[in-house]
Parts: sequence; structure tokens; C-alpha cells
Amino acid sequence: MTTPLLDIQNVTMKFGGLTAVRDVSFTVQKKDLVAVIGPNGAGKTTLFNMITGIYEPTIGSVVLDGLPLNKKMASEITDLGIARTFQNIRLFNNLSVLDNIKIARHTRIKYSFFDGIFKTKKYRAEEKMIEEESIKLLALFNLDSKKDLLAKNLPYGAQRKLEMARALATKPKLLLLDEPAAGMNPTETKELSELIHFIREEFQIAVILIEHDMRLVMEIAEKIFVLDYGNLIASGSAKDVQNNPKVVEAYLGAEI
Amino acid sequence: MDYYLQILTNVGIFITLTLSLNLINGYCGQFSLGHAGFWGVGAYASAVYGVYFALPIDPALNMAIALSIGFVAAALCGLLIGIPCLRLKGDYLAIATIGFSEILRIIIMNTESIGGPRGFTNIPRWSNSWWVWGIALAVTLFMLNLKRSAHGRAIISIREDEIAAETMGVNLFRYKLFSFIVGAGIAGMAGSLVAHDQQFLHPNNFSFMWSVCILVMVILGGQGSVSGSIVGAVILTILPEILKLIGSNVSTWRVSIYAALMIILMLTRPQGIFGPHELFEKKRLKGVA
Repeated sequence: MTTPLLDIQNVTMKFGGLTAVRDVSFTVQKKDLVAVIGPNGAGKTTLFNMITGIYEPTIGSVVLDGLPLNKKMASEITDLGIARTFQNIRLFNNLSVLDNIKIARHTRIKYSFFDGIFKTKKYRAEEKMIEEESIKLLALFNLDSKKDLLAKNLPYGAQRKLEMARALATKPKLLLLDEPAAGMNPTETKELSELIHFIREEFQIAVILIEHDMRLVMEIAEKIFVLDYGNLIASGSAKDVQNNPKVVEAYLGAEI
Repeated sequence: MDYYLQILTNVGIFITLTLSLNLINGYCGQFSLGHAGFWGVGAYASAVYGVYFALPIDPALNMAIALSIGFVAAALCGLLIGIPCLRLKGDYLAIATIGFSEILRIIIMNTESIGGPRGFTNIPRWSNSWWVWGIALAVTLFMLNLKRSAHGRAIISIREDEIAAETMGVNLFRYKLFSFIVGAGIAGMAGSLVAHDQQFLHPNNFSFMWSVCILVMVILGGQGSVSGSIVGAVILTILPEILKLIGSNVSTWRVSIYAALMIILMLTRPQGIFGPHELFEKKRLKGVA
């Protein structure tokens, strides 16, 4: 068997006396499209924060392509190939759409600091390439015509798209989407599900998404992991999960 | 004539200082209120070289050495305060940096060998307008090119959103420390220019009020804008002199007029004269307030 792309081994996250995630393990293969669902406060975003290095798991480890991510800084993990978006959009609001993308190229820059200060040939060649690549990437999301707008002036749906484009600009192997459909109407959600499929095919990457919109989850996720109070209570295909009594209980409450 | 030349020199020095604070405050978004401290360290360090260790060589070479010493001394202080303080954010960082710069001033005040409260005298005059404006120009180019490089963009992204910047692969601590050290170092060079221009230093020339003054220049011009820093430094260095010249009546009120102008400007244009923009920008961003 090949090494999985992402291997989460018995991770536990404690904040003081509160255990946000308890002993969760699962694996994601290359090009997988999986979803993490669960009621509010189940520990989904905490899980993402552990994968991206914003939190260090109290116990357990996250392994990317055979490489343990313990003690690695968030910026190093981005360099290794994990990118994410945020539940409450975190764009660089006062910068242009294009600059938002350019910043995400940061870990892939080859020219040195002094190349930048003295504007050497190397700097100019690479900046030109970055500009072209960034515009190409924006074009995939139909944002290229808006490249000189400030990020904060984009409409809400476009901001979500820009955040995804920005995450992809880091050239990841694994993309984490934290509630990408939040605040979208049914038409936009439908577009989003096509977009996520497209991203996976175009960039050949694995995608993990956290989502509350069950229609979207059931439609696109090949595998679903269900968290409740920090525990992984079920995993499997959409059908398995829907019929799992534990999942029904977590969402609707137990019968008395 | 000398009077006008002195103002011109001061303008150059303040442009350098304002740009150096703009790196920390405008680019990186770290609220530092101890900039006069770095300025003072650079001034005193290069004055010590001038008074006690000056080599018998050409003044221009000596000035170059003095500038390097000013840069290194202030940059080291930046490193020293940066490591513990950059864990703090916003107001807390501001207070820590005020404390730091005051500590430096008190240390200088109590060191007899560099003049203590009487001031440091007999500093050789190595600087001239060429040096002052040469440095101002070099720092301007440095700041403009930095802004357009990947490293500058990384620094600016920290100002916009730290968590997002980190997730995009920006090493927060390294870039914050970089801004702090380089910003402090450039302020130290400005200090060196003052020392070898005025030939006299007093600890109170580097008090908290000056940190505020430099910050006001940055904010007036527009945080993150190089053109803004230059215009801010020019206006706030020349304006008090003009008010002084107009006449005795105005002269008495000059501080109030100055303050009133600041209030009006901030009410009408809170983002500063330039906002984050430059004077000659190829493509203006749309939708900026």
C-alpha cells in the first residue's frame, strides 16, 4: 500500500480542561475529496487548525506524505503543501486582488532579498512570471477582470472564490476548505460544487472540506467523517453516514 | 543662508527617520512608539566613535564608518527589544517600546563619559547635505523596491492579517524582526547624521515626544506610502519654521495652529495624505476611499 497523503494519528487537542478533539484518526489519499461534518462546536475547525499548524496537537501527530508535521510552524506546513481557507474570510482586505494572489506565492519565490532591492534580472524575470501565473489563476475563477480592485470591495461570493484561488496559489497538495458554502444561496452553492470538482481535476490535489450544507456534502464528498463533541463517530460514504444511527443521534438527538 | 541650509538638512534627516518608522509601522503594522530611542542609540554610538576612536583618515571615510556604527548599534537594540516585544500586539507593543526608549535615554543621561545630562560635545563635523540627502535617497529607493518585492509583500501581508499571512507561508517572527531591525538600523543612521551635523547631542533630543513626532509624520503622509512619508516629513519639519517666520502674533500661536491643522487633516483624511499609495503609480487601485 502506498503512503497516504495525509495521515492523522490519534490526535487530541485540549484547551485547559476542555477537550476539543479526542483521539481522532483518519487518512486521506491523493486526489481524495472528503468532507468533515458535525454539529457546531464538534471540533472541525480545531482539526483544521491542527493540520495547518496553527495549533499543536496535545497528543498524536499529523503526517503529510510520510513526514510528521509536529513542531512545524504554520508557514513551513504551507511550504510542504497544505493550504486552507477560513470560515470567516481572511483576505488581505486593503490590498488588490492580484496582490492577494502574489503574496501566496511567497514560499515558491527563488530570488533573494537583495535581488528584490536591487531589481536584478532574476527579480524581474521571476516577478513577470508570478504576475502572469497569478492572472492565469485568477482567470480560472473569473476574477481576472477584477484584479485591481481592493479585496474588501469584492462581493461576498467573489471573496470566497478569491480565498480559494489564494490558497491554490501556494501550490498545495492538499486543500482545506472551511465552510466554503457559508452564506451562499442555492445557485451559488451549486456553482461551488462544480468549482470544487474542477479544482481537484485541474490541480490534481486532495480536498478536505468542512461544511454544514448537507446537500453539497452528500453530492460531492467521496468519503465523510463525522465529528461530535470532539470524537470521530462515523466515517464512510454518504449513504453509510446517513444511515448511521450515531450520526442521526448527533444531529437530531436520541429517541427517548 | 545657514538657517535655510539647516532646515534643509533637518528635512533630509526626518525623511530618513519617517521612512524607517514607516517600515515598522506602515509596512509591517507593528505599533512602535520608541523610535526616538533607536535614533538616539545610533547618534550616540557614532558620536562615541567620532570623539574617542576616530581614525586619522578622510572625513568621508570616517562618516561612512560612523554611519555603519550607527546602523549596527541601533539594529542590535532593535534585535534586543524585538525578540521579547514582538510577541506583543498593538497597544501593548507600543507601551513596551515607549518603556524601552525611555530606559535608553535614562542610561545615556547617567553616563558621564558621553556627557550625561550636560550633553555630548566636540563631535567632529563629518556630515554635510550630500550625506544627508544621499542617505535619504538611498532609503527611499530601498523602501520603494522593497514594497514591490516578494519580501516586502510578505511584510505588508502581516499588517493585513497575521493568521492569513502565516497560512500563506510567511514566517511571522522572521519578517517582523526583520522590519524591526532594519527600521531601527536606518533610524540609527539618521542619528549618526544628526550627531556629525550638529556636533552636539543631548538626551532630551531623543525623548518620547520625538517618537510621537515621527509617528505623526508617518500617519500624516499615509501609512505604508513612501511618498507619504516624504511629504509628511517635509510638511511637519517646515511648517513650524514657517509659522515662526510669519510674525510675532502667529509665532505665539504656532503650536496651536499646528495642532489645529493636524486635527482638521485627520478628520477630513484619516488615511493620511496619500493613503497607502505612491505619487506616481502605474495603476491606481479602484475603490479606495
